[in-house]
Amino acid sequence: MSPTSDPGQPPPPAAIDQPPPDAPRPVETLLGIENVVKHFPIKRGIFFKRQIGSVQAVEGVSLEVRRGETLGLVGETGCGKSTLARCITRLHPLTSGRIVFDGVDLSDLSPRQMRPYRRRMQMIFQDPYGSLNPRRRVGSIIGDPLTIHGVAEGPERKRRVQELMEIVGLNPEHYNRFPSEFSGGQRQRIGVARALALRPSLVVCDEPVSALDVSVQAQIINLLEDLQGEFGLTYVFIAHDLAVVEHVSDRVAVMYLGKVVELAETAELFGSPRHPYTAALLSASMIADPEKARSAHRVVLYGDVPSPINPPSGCRFHTRCPKAQPICSVEEPPLEVKPGDPAGHVAACHFPVQPGETLVGATPAFSEALSSLAVTSPEAGRESAG
Amino acid sequence: MSLLSVRGLTVSFPTSDGVVRAVRGLTFDVEPGQTLGIVGETGSGKSVTALSLLGLNPGADISGSAVFEGRDLLTMRPDEIRRVRGAEIAMIFQDPLSSLHPYYRVGWQIVEAIRTHTQVSRDRAMRQAVELLRLVSIPQPERRVQAFPHELSGGMRQRAMIAMALALRPKLLIADEPTTALDATVQAQLMELLGGMQRELGMAMIVITHDLGLVATVADRVLVMYAGRGAESADYRTIFRSPHHPYTRGLLASIPGAAGSGGRLIPIVGQPPSLIRIPSGCAFHPRCPFAMDVCIREQPPFAPVNDGEAHASACWLPPDAVGVGPSADATRERYVKSRQGPAVSRLRDARSPRSGGDVAYV
Repeated sequence: MSPTSDPGQPPPPAAIDQPPPDAPRPVETLLGIENVVKHFPIKRGIFFKRQIGSVQAVEGVSLEVRRGETLGLVGETGCGKSTLARCITRLHPLTSGRIVFDGVDLSDLSPRQMRPYRRRMQMIFQDPYGSLNPRRRVGSIIGDPLTIHGVAEGPERKRRVQELMEIVGLNPEHYNRFPSEFSGGQRQRIGVARALALRPSLVVCDEPVSALDVSVQAQIINLLEDLQGEFGLTYVFIAHDLAVVEHVSDRVAVMYLGKVVELAETAELFGSPRHPYTAALLSASMIADPEKARSAHRVVLYGDVPSPINPPSGCRFHTRCPKAQPICSVEEPPLEVKPGDPAGHVAACHFPVQPGETLVGATPAFSEALSSLAVTSPEAGRESAG
Repeated sequence: MSLLSVRGLTVSFPTSDGVVRAVRGLTFDVEPGQTLGIVGETGSGKSVTALSLLGLNPGADISGSAVFEGRDLLTMRPDEIRRVRGAEIAMIFQDPLSSLHPYYRVGWQIVEAIRTHTQVSRDRAMRQAVELLRLVSIPQPERRVQAFPHELSGGMRQRAMIAMALALRPKLLIADEPTTALDATVQAQLMELLGGMQRELGMAMIVITHDLGLVATVADRVLVMYAGRGAESADYRTIFRSPHHPYTRGLLASIPGAAGSGGRLIPIVGQPPSLIRIPSGCAFHPRCPFAMDVCIREQPPFAPVNDGEAHASACWLPPDAVGVGPSADATRERYVKSRQGPAVSRLRDARSPRSGGDVAYV
């Protein structure tokens, strides 16, 4: 695929602090997320700021990401998926819990100790406009990681950057251009090249294609898939577009209000969701296929996602759940394998959706409501205005 | 008779960089009670089309005609169009936060919309506003009419917009990316709400979106736009099952889960063109896998694909010779082979396999 030289580059100079070599203990799990909690304090007061509450963005998430796989992370706005991504890469300090990367606990490393690991986990961001410094040239945007980590300098750095540009499908001659001279899709390629510059093992993709046009999305998805094969990358892939997640992921975790409510192999999750929220989310997504889209039974959830400042008791979904029972508001269901499910399929629900079961949401009666509403007809308006 | 009949709509904006030709001769009809989905990418001219119909594009050069119930919207005086806008044709926008006034309470804004077009007392209009909010399933509507837009969630704001749009029972509702900014479950709520309203009011809708999933779900007819022109138009089944235009086909093949895609995605190479420098001939030719010499020279007419006007497409590939739908690929390859000269080869060479032919290489 790569038009130029062998992507396997020579190892970086030994001068800088090396990450511990992969060799001694090859673990199946590349990344362990253990009981991660992230709260953002809310403060009030001018001089003596006291904490009056906290946004419970991520509340006890445990996941493991296997080497070479793509773990999809889905959920709606405010479910904590982006916060979790930033916790994984330690852009946010954790409130509690552990991030174990390749067998090493990263959660309380100093920034200096963290450095060698930063090289091995990179991020691709959603907004290809906001995530690239508009005043820097592409060459330095992609090359900065190489300088910062002391990997390459001068002509060697330029050679590497141009090679990366080639790998992601950019013209290496555009080394000296500014981000504004590129389209959205090309900018996202720049972001991908920057993420790849240090040969990471893990790439956290936070909505990498959401900001792109439909016809360009597929280019980036294919690129990410190719690169995964070429460089043996492991992806954590966050998106709200379920079709995209289904397409790229090996396993998918569904989040709701800071918690993982269901996790399974992709086909298993999309084929037989057990958590009512997963079922509702899947049924709400509009498939670009008229027969499927129109025959689908939609579980329409009413209301909005509750505030993460004061989340509901018990199961956090109980306020909107079509199957909720009294126990759901009291006792939080554990994330566990439900009877009849394969080992890797876990769901956190007291009353999991049974195969073949259809969930029913309430539908407001439009006709009654409308007829009771005495709306003046626009004709009257025209007459009065004329 | 069509409720709205747009013929040869052309919209351009003079700018310091040159003339932006946003819409170039667009023709379509909306039937009463039906939903037309207008699909296109950024810069395809779909939103400009909607704004032009309602006279909301000051500074644009607009020509063509848009006949709504016997009256041409494009030649109306400002006071005439103002009476149509909101009362007979209502519009909801993508971003409800920026289309609601941040300074006024939601109820006040709905009351204003009602009282602009009808003579009712303030109290009565406020009672209607409460009922409307209740109708769009906003909880505690008596309290919410007193809320400012920023106090509502995204889904609730969009519902308030819908309430305002429906206050005067319009005959046509134009929804410009109505659910793009919203989550999947909220999107489903809103589309169900709009569908219910449409059935009750017998209202026609134009849904403008880039989301083929939304179109597959709600549209009766679909118009695919590319670079300011209609690329293809047909009923929703035909668009998804047997599209003729290579752009429509490309869109479907590049979406995960879409009809006709499977396994690896097949992206459309390159990216949408600049509307200041639109490619010659068929604007899609630099990205088209079936480009022929004629495509570079001449703009294809928007012509019926089969007998009857139900399915129309702007492409030089003759449907009777090469067929429609995904099965026609081999026939198409053979057909275009003999019609590709050196110009097409140069185009091909400029595309890099991995870049998907991004302009960086051209």
